[in-house]
Amino acid sequence: MIRINDVHKHFRENYVLRGVNLEVNDGETLTIIGGSGSGKTVLLRHIVGLFHPERGTVEVDGVNLGEVAEEELQEVQKKMGFLFQDGALFDSLSSGENVAFGLRHQGLPESLISRKVAECLEHVGLSGIENIRPSELSGGMKKRVALARAIARDPKYMLYDEPTTGLDPIFSDVINDLIIHLQKTLKMTSIVVTHDLKSVYKVSTKIAMLLEGRIIATGTPDEFKNTTDPYVQQFLNGSSKGPIKLKIKEY
Amino acid sequence: MLTRIEDQFIAFLDSLSKSYFLVQKTILGCFAKPFEAKLVVYQMVSIGYRSLPVAMLTAFSVGMVLALQAGYSGMYVFNEPLYVGTIVAFSIVKELGPVLTATVITGRVGAAITAELGTMKVTEQIDALYTLGTNPIKYLAVPRFLACITMIPILTAISNILSIIGGWVVSRFKLDIPSTIYWSDTLDFLRIDDFFHGFIKSFFFAAIIGFVSIYKGFETKGGAQGVGKATTQSVVTTLVLIVVTDYFISVVLVAIGIG
Repeated sequence: MIRINDVHKHFRENYVLRGVNLEVNDGETLTIIGGSGSGKTVLLRHIVGLFHPERGTVEVDGVNLGEVAEEELQEVQKKMGFLFQDGALFDSLSSGENVAFGLRHQGLPESLISRKVAECLEHVGLSGIENIRPSELSGGMKKRVALARAIARDPKYMLYDEPTTGLDPIFSDVINDLIIHLQKTLKMTSIVVTHDLKSVYKVSTKIAMLLEGRIIATGTPDEFKNTTDPYVQQFLNGSSKGPIKLKIKEY
Repeated sequence: MLTRIEDQFIAFLDSLSKSYFLVQKTILGCFAKPFEAKLVVYQMVSIGYRSLPVAMLTAFSVGMVLALQAGYSGMYVFNEPLYVGTIVAFSIVKELGPVLTATVITGRVGAAITAELGTMKVTEQIDALYTLGTNPIKYLAVPRFLACITMIPILTAISNILSIIGGWVVSRFKLDIPSTIYWSDTLDFLRIDDFFHGFIKSFFFAAIIGFVSIYKGFETKGGAQGVGKATTQSVVTTLVLIVVTDYFISVVLVAIGIG
């Protein structure tokens, strides 16, 4: 279980998180929605231990990530898979070596690693590209290899940062199906950060909306569809008119 | 104005503490399992073996020019090129060998380490290592640091030999000094302490190159511009530190009787 309690974070004058409270139960697929720059990715990075809160706590299975030693943090990180927005593939390694990276550090035998790599690449529709370098792949393909790398170690928690951005509509749906498949078959707990409302409704068991550094609403997809909250309504309708004011310079 | 100075002072203290922890973690990481032997060997080849041609060429040229200058200065003062071998050997082994090798390696290796790690930082590859349960210090910093402190002293020793040979070439064929005179001038006065004086220095220079380039790489911010800026800062900082620490290391080594 992941418990986020009163998390604050700022970068220079920019107060990104101003007291985020959130709970993610095991087996859930939580989608975090919110405008660009609202702090969704920053929140996701706190959960995986890449950022530490200035105030508040992030607990994963009862371990407070801000208080543990580096070795213990690494043990928690081993339970997690993280899909970066731009893939973050290691460009000095081939696609296959990228997917195998986490497995090699678990000390698994080579035969098992090769089988697992082929299986994960097949999951994301990229069978047989083991020897291709990331620089030779398109943006969407890089993202799919990154997803294969993230799921290779069968993590308990899977964190997706904009998993469908940059993918064509058909493959976006394949990724959505994969998220659902992982949740159903492996009981993986997923946290998805996305703007893609089709994905939001398809994969989520719970949705949270982040606005101005705070979670302003949580609920099931049905509750969100029928909400009367003007902020949530404006976001879901994609309207520029409403209580959410964008800081756009008028020309 | 005051706020800006305060900000800069805080940033300075912040970078001092970060660099201290990086040095500490890297040194401790050298002795912690798992040992990434393959990566260390790969970096040793990349840093040591691939730098050999440029280090050798530089050393040979410096030895030649040093012999030429020493020979003509000797002729100006004494009417004959006296002690050319001695001047070349002492200058190279105690001072120019370690400093010039470190300078060449800073340009070739230090810049490459910062640019590579900096690019990995801005493309989130270092963050990806964390999320895959791998410690970037152990995986990226330790192999590069170990390769620097093992290969740079070896390169320095090879450079010393090449410089002295370069000096002999000029002495023999340009200044018409008999080979026996050059070699006796060189070997009669040079002691093992003098060699260690330069060799010990090269360890410190190697550590400076390793730590500064790794630190600057890990602290890179922004995109391509950030990588360029970090690389420039890395090279400049390393060169300044090498020249400044060279004096103090020399003073300490002389004081304790090494060279």
